[in-house]
Formats: sequence, structure tokens, C-alpha cells
Amino acid sequence: MNQFDLSTARSQESVLETNKVLKNTYMLLSATLVFSAIMAAVSMAMTMPPMAYMISVIGAMVLGIFVLPRTANSSKGIGVIFLITGLMGFGLGSILSIYLALPKGPEIIGTAFGGTGIIFLGLSGYALTSKRDFSFMGGFLFAGMMVVLLAVLANLFMDLPALSLAISAGIILLMSGFILFDTSRIISGGETNYIMATYGLYLAIFNIFISLLHLLGALSGDD
Amino acid sequence: MDWMKILAAAGVVMMLFFMWPAYKHWSQNGPKAEKGDWQAVVLPLAAIVGFVVLLIMMVR
Repeated sequence: MNQFDLSTARSQESVLETNKVLKNTYMLLSATLVFSAIMAAVSMAMTMPPMAYMISVIGAMVLGIFVLPRTANSSKGIGVIFLITGLMGFGLGSILSIYLALPKGPEIIGTAFGGTGIIFLGLSGYALTSKRDFSFMGGFLFAGMMVVLLAVLANLFMDLPALSLAISAGIILLMSGFILFDTSRIISGGETNYIMATYGLYLAIFNIFISLLHLLGALSGDD
Repeated sequence: MDWMKILAAAGVVMMLFFMWPAYKHWSQNGPKAEKGDWQAVVLPLAAIVGFVVLLIMMVR
């Protein structure tokens, strides 16, 4: 009986811990997305050139690889995640300026924004309600990302529009898989650091938005 | 601009370099799929494909 009480208390503790990580992750994710949007607006107001996107993304990537994992367990991690998402938002602003100049630009941006929101909410809801452990997808998702990165590398020099569209479609599917994977890792207790969890989900949302923007822009008949 | 392409290529190579250990870790130590697991992934991903096609048709 005592053993049963102890295991029940432990499982309740772990559920409470999981709910806390989940709540903190979604709160920080909302804050970083709002901050990104503000930085994108600043970048658009400053009419930044397209190369600002690449420089910002590479800067954010360097911070995400080298600085964030070292600071994620302290309060400094919050500052670093805002710096990363702010940089990515700033870069995004220069891309949005290009799309806004298209005849259907505002419609494309609005559709990509709404579509990204629906994809994220739908997949998160599915992962939360199905209670399945999607961590078996880890090897497949990272292998898929490496294949996509090799295709991106090849297309930097080949400039094939069809390959570029295939890459965007592949990224949407892979990032959708990462939303399931990351959310289920939070639920199962595999990810207990809400800063790292936020970073993973933010990257998935950002990449889905950019890829959707590319697909809609290219297939809308505007260019 | 060539230097931009070279910078982007360097970024992609760096990402590949840092993604390799994560791939190795998950492919060697990650849990294996059980019966019905992949089906539970394919269904929502198929819904995403349909949704993206719908969005493309909306902006055409």
C-alpha cells in the first residue's frame, strides 16, 4: 500500500512538472513570436535589404548552436532566446518587404501566417490529445533534415526553381514532424528545459512560415 | 552575389556538421516505432499536405 502511495505521488509530481514545462514553453513561445513580429515590423520600417535575412539567420544559428545550450539552464537563456528570435524576426522583415511589393503580397503573407497558425495549433493539439510518444521519429527527422540541407547546398549553385519548391514542401513536412516530436518529448518528460523546448518549436514555426510563403508566392501566379 | 552564396553554403555546412551527432544519437539510442506508430504520423502529415494544397488554390 505504501509503495502504491509512493508511486502515485511520484506520477502526480511528474504530471505537475510536465504541465509546468508545457505552460512555460507556450508562454515563452507566445512572447518570442510577438517579439519577432515587432522586430519584423522594425526591419520593414527601416527597409532592410534582402541580405539582412541571411546575416540575421546565420547570426541566430550561431547563437542557437554555441550560446543557447550553455545558457539554457540559467536566466541568461531567456535573454539569449529573445536575442535569437529577435534576430530572426528582423531578418524576416526584409523578406516580407519583398512579398508586400507583389500584387497579391498582403494576401500571400496573410494566408501563410494563418496557415502556419492552423498547422501549429492542429499538430500541437493532436500531439497533446493523442498522448502518443513520437520520439521514435527522431532518427528519421534528423536524417530528413540532413537530406534537405544537402539539397539546399546543391541548389545554392544550381538555382533550380523546381528543386527550390520541393525543398520548401519537404521543410513543411519535416517541421510538422518536429512539432509532433518536440511536443511529445515535453509531454513524456524527455525535454524538461522550457527554453530549449521553445527554441525547437519556434524554429519549426518559423521554417513552416517561410516555406509556406515561398510556395504560395511561387504558385500564386504573381512571379 | 557570389560571397552571399558562399556565406549561405558555409552556414548550411555548419548546420550539417552540428546535426550529425543528433542524427547519430537518435538513430542509435532513440526508441523504435511500434505497430501503428507510423500510421499515427502519416495521417496528420497527409492532412497537412491537403491543407497546403488548399492554401495554394486559395491564392491562385
